[in-house]
Amino acid sequence: MLRSLTARAAVLSMVLLVFFLGVWELANQPPEAKEALTEYERLMGGSEPQARVPNPSEIGKLAVAELSDPFYDKGPNDKGIGLQLLYSIKRVMFGYFLAALIAIPVGFLVGMSPLMHKALDPFIQVLKPISPLAWMPLALFILKDSEVSSVFVIFICSIWPMLINTAFGVGAVKKDWINIARTHELGKLRTAVTVILPAAAPTILTGMRISIGIAWLVIVAAEMLVGGTGIGYYVWNEWNNLDLTAVVFSILMIGIVGMLLDMMLARATRLVQYEE
Amino acid sequence: MEKYFLDAQDLTKTFPAPKGGDPLTVFENQSFGINKGEFICIIGHSGCGKSTILNVLAGLDEATSGVVLMDGREVAGPSLDRGVVFQHYSLLPWISSLRNITFAVRARWPSWRKEQVLHHSMKYLDMVGLAGAESRKPSQLSGGMRQRVSIARAFAIEPKLLLMDEPFGALDALTRGIIQEELMKIWEQTNQTVFMITHDVDEAILLADRILLMTNGPYAHIAESVIIDIPRHRERTEIIHHPNYYPIRNHLVEFLVKRSKELANPEMRTQVEPRETRKRVYPPNVNPAADVNSSSNKIIDLEKHKA
Ligand SMILES: Nc1ncnc2c1ncn2[C@@H]1O[C@H](COP(=O)(O)OP(=O)(O)O)[C@@H](O)[C@H]1O
Ligand SMILES: [Mg+2]
Repeated sequence: MLRSLTARAAVLSMVLLVFFLGVWELANQPPEAKEALTEYERLMGGSEPQARVPNPSEIGKLAVAELSDPFYDKGPNDKGIGLQLLYSIKRVMFGYFLAALIAIPVGFLVGMSPLMHKALDPFIQVLKPISPLAWMPLALFILKDSEVSSVFVIFICSIWPMLINTAFGVGAVKKDWINIARTHELGKLRTAVTVILPAAAPTILTGMRISIGIAWLVIVAAEMLVGGTGIGYYVWNEWNNLDLTAVVFSILMIGIVGMLLDMMLARATRLVQYEE
Repeated sequence: MEKYFLDAQDLTKTFPAPKGGDPLTVFENQSFGINKGEFICIIGHSGCGKSTILNVLAGLDEATSGVVLMDGREVAGPSLDRGVVFQHYSLLPWISSLRNITFAVRARWPSWRKEQVLHHSMKYLDMVGLAGAESRKPSQLSGGMRQRVSIARAFAIEPKLLLMDEPFGALDALTRGIIQEELMKIWEQTNQTVFMITHDVDEAILLADRILLMTNGPYAHIAESVIIDIPRHRERTEIIHHPNYYPIRNHLVEFLVKRSKELANPEMRTQVEPRETRKRVYPPNVNPAADVNSSSNKIIDLEKHKA
């Protein structure tokens, strides 16, 4: 008997997965293979002339093949999925940390100074709702480099949640805690580091978590646009090859990497969480 | 008049007008003094301006006019010379109780070695009976334990003046009693000068050398300084049997119930006289127990104060 909620949930998840994949597999048989489906034909499913949505079994086979050698590099149009993901992750990390480097200090400034808050707010409000991809043409023109441009697009999309959350978290620090710093004669910098930063850290990290999610959404689109390398380019390339098995497989990988990134930030958030 | 250790002179605090309202003058031209080593309580109804006064003494807030002198020097901004304990949120919730104290001790004596800071902090944590709870975060402590840590921290930095704003206001009666006794013990050991806000009459009598009585606001004023003529060392259970206890208590209760309202009077502005010529008025000392001990009269001198 399964008592723990986690265990029961896990079983239910498995059941749902098997059911979902089973329905998919059964409902999506290739039309000409309905009568005589030999083992050989099934194995050769990928070579069917007509493109169609692949079956879970086909995707599974591709996944095993791809993941057993994820980092091969046979020229610009044939790289391992792991390598493509690494390209994307690298861009995301560059843009993301660059954004953090600017967003967190500026957020502190906005959060601590009503003057800066009032002065910078109009800019933030106008810049925030712009789709990051709308910057792409301008970025390509000014930066003249597709690599740098995608990093810039990541930078510009991840900066806002971090900036806004930092400003909010810093502004919402309890006055009594600031007073503790004041009565203990802490200087401005020490107050920021020993009181305001830990007090606002959970809010700041929530912003960072939102940002990484958005950055990972945006990188796929950005890479589809600029091409070359990365998981977004990979998806687009496989679509052009009409290899839908690879498309579905890479969609799955995008989801998994996104989940891992989110989990990392969630764990970091838990580390700085405190109870009042 | 003798020189006070802490001398609050002609303090006025006016909060600027909110949108569509009038400015609020909480108190005007109020003066009082605290001697070294004295334990002073101030009582008055909620909203009369006690916290405002305390924040001015702490240097956390600025008086609109008037000065506070401590040891002859003007209070300007917060300082480690004045420790503060609030009712809530006196501790940083993300660090342990010990680190809440070491943080303060390190701020006080930056040149101390690590072991010295630790030893000193543990000594005070021990003093409030919290040795063993040093690694717990404030959220893992009861309200009473949290206030003990706050008090330990305030004493640990050995301030010249300790300011407490209803430190036991949120505690249940039993816990409050225990911590009051601990506070008294530490106070007797250290000879710390204390200014404490409370709304608990019995607490004030138990702890204070003098109690300042504040009328209702706005334009609240400190009407009297009541001398608690009960010898130390005081015990909570015995003090109520002292002949002076009830005269004092009745006097305080009567003030809170009746006179705090009657004396509250927006017309009672002292600004009629120009600042230069007006005499500084300190609240008169009153001993409600004087009748009990001798035939001498109570020294209620309100007429002079009103002038
Ligand atoms: N920052 C502020 N701005 C405007 N009014 C205030 C402010 N702080 C306190 N007051 C007002 O000043 C009066 C005295 O407040 P306070 O000193 O907190 O009273 P107490 O501590 O005696 O209960 C109250 O009427 C309160 O509303
Ligand atoms: Mg108050």
